[in-house]
Amino acid sequence: MTRKCSAEPSHAVHSNWRRFRRNRMALLSLAGFVFFMLGAIFSLPTSARWYNVQATDIAVRSQPSLDPVVPLERFFDTSGANAIPSRLDQILYRMTSLFGHDDLGRSLTYRVLPGFLVSLCIGLGAALMATIVGTLWGSIAALAGGRIDAVMMRIVDVLFGLPYILMVILLKVGLTEPLTAIFGGQTKYADLIVLFVAIGGVSWLTLSRVVRGQVLSLREQPFIEAARATGAGHWHILRKHVFPNVVGPIAVYATLVIPQAIMQESFLSFLGIGVQQPIPSLGRLAADGVEAVNAFVGYWWLIVFPCTILVFTLLALNFIGDGLRDAVDPKSNAPTLV
Amino acid sequence: MIRFATGRLLGGAITIFSVYTLTFLMVIAIPGNPFQQSQHSLPAEVEQALRARYNMDNNWLYFWDFLGDAVTLDFGPSFTYNDWTCNQIIADALPVSMLIGFLAIILAVLIGVPIGVYGAVKRGSWVDSASLGVILLGISIPPFVTGSILLLLFGVTMKVLPIGGWGTVAHLPLPALTLSLPFAAYIARLMRVGMLDDLQNDFIRTAIAKGVSSHLVIWKHAFKVAFLPVLSFLGPACAQAMTGSFVVEKVFGVPGLGQHFVNAALNRDAGLVLSTVLAFSTLLVLFNIAIDLLYTKLDPRISGAAG
Repeated sequence: MTRKCSAEPSHAVHSNWRRFRRNRMALLSLAGFVFFMLGAIFSLPTSARWYNVQATDIAVRSQPSLDPVVPLERFFDTSGANAIPSRLDQILYRMTSLFGHDDLGRSLTYRVLPGFLVSLCIGLGAALMATIVGTLWGSIAALAGGRIDAVMMRIVDVLFGLPYILMVILLKVGLTEPLTAIFGGQTKYADLIVLFVAIGGVSWLTLSRVVRGQVLSLREQPFIEAARATGAGHWHILRKHVFPNVVGPIAVYATLVIPQAIMQESFLSFLGIGVQQPIPSLGRLAADGVEAVNAFVGYWWLIVFPCTILVFTLLALNFIGDGLRDAVDPKSNAPTLV
Repeated sequence: MIRFATGRLLGGAITIFSVYTLTFLMVIAIPGNPFQQSQHSLPAEVEQALRARYNMDNNWLYFWDFLGDAVTLDFGPSFTYNDWTCNQIIADALPVSMLIGFLAIILAVLIGVPIGVYGAVKRGSWVDSASLGVILLGISIPPFVTGSILLLLFGVTMKVLPIGGWGTVAHLPLPALTLSLPFAAYIARLMRVGMLDDLQNDFIRTAIAKGVSSHLVIWKHAFKVAFLPVLSFLGPACAQAMTGSFVVEKVFGVPGLGQHFVNAALNRDAGLVLSTVLAFSTLLVLFNIAIDLLYTKLDPRISGAAG
């Protein structure tokens, strides 16, 4: 009567992937997203050096052009040992003015590329944080049952009733000092961690409800009952029988938390409490662009490039998440009418 | 019905109290305090005097005093806006936000419902893909981008609407539209899923077999049930939309309540944080009760006594 659950997943993963593949938009999004991510990662060693190279004398808000506006010497230390830039750097240098320059003459290309990765890191960090807290909270509530379950889910209800902007800001304001102290004044890293802890700290609520629902229905399954009958402990059941079976839905919801978190970071950047200068993130760049364009409409590239990439990133992640959910959720095979 | 409503009101009061307690704990737990905001640090006596003025000598006493006054709708002074009481701030800003929020929710329903319904009905066709694309686009564009684009388009390029401010009817459409789009996308999504579920029901198949026109099946039979999830979303959505949005207010220069949520939290203005949170959660509870009452009217399967 004990059902082996280890034989199931590989088959399930296979058929899920087949169903996901049928969703053309999701597949296209995944391809575009991976392509862009590889580009950002491969150019990272270069963009990590160039993202803050300023040229206030020649390139302040200069328009996008195919030819670099800022001379090569600004990007390389030509007097030192590596006087001759590598071939890759020379190719990458050709693109410095492709997206135009910002108000300090910095190349927007090499702010958008690492900014994309920074945003993605915040999204992933927040999703990880939300997944850990949400999964533990939901599964403990479901397994404990009774009064503990009622109290735990009541807390989730109350947290849902709080205005969620206020929570993010309070968490961000409250965590900045202690975390900066922990990192010994390394504000750059502390800042990023504060961001994803604060954003993750408000994003786990839905996830905990989903996990609780899943675990509750699993709890009634015969194989869990059998495990309990053979004397397995709570922790053992959780680890060996419950988690492997809820991994699918959790992964899907975690994917959908990533775009939400990136969106919230852009909101915090708009408030001026997102990532700190000079670190770029897509939200920070978009918010800066909106401000610059409100002052003078002519600077269209400052808003068009960061916003387009931000929107496409979020769109792609949402398409991928939706596609995954449809693939995992059998309901999506509903017949069509009319 | 009356017993149902009183029961819900009592539950709502408990929810509001829990929200208040939790917010209070968060406000006093975060490091730093509202009295040490200026560049130079205040002498101890001055801080003591300030604390006494705002009744903050003792956190525990403040907790109960504020709650007692709030029940009689007196929210006390703001810590950062000198010479303003929280009552004045809310009385100025809430009507503005409620007007824009109300328009935004109506717009969101008008935009979201047709998109969701037609997407579900034409499942698998280009209409479905287009509606799904629009839904995800609505969720994926940050409101400050939508707002700025609308502002540039209608305010700067076409010059048909004012570029910001408050006071005339012409100031309403852009903020309301910007605020409505994320809600519209969410409503369309709920509508789509609800319709997909609902169209598989036996009574739909019976209706089609009887020869009822597809128009009537969709809008009369299926829509009634599929709209219920949207209805329950409208409770929290109304509360959220009507307490204002910082982004919309900043982009269009609207004097609403959303900016106070943000500024109060940034300034650690305990009085204003608690007042705005109480306003929000009271609205949330009231809208949820109103929606539940509507629910019992619309869905005969739920009776007031059982709820």
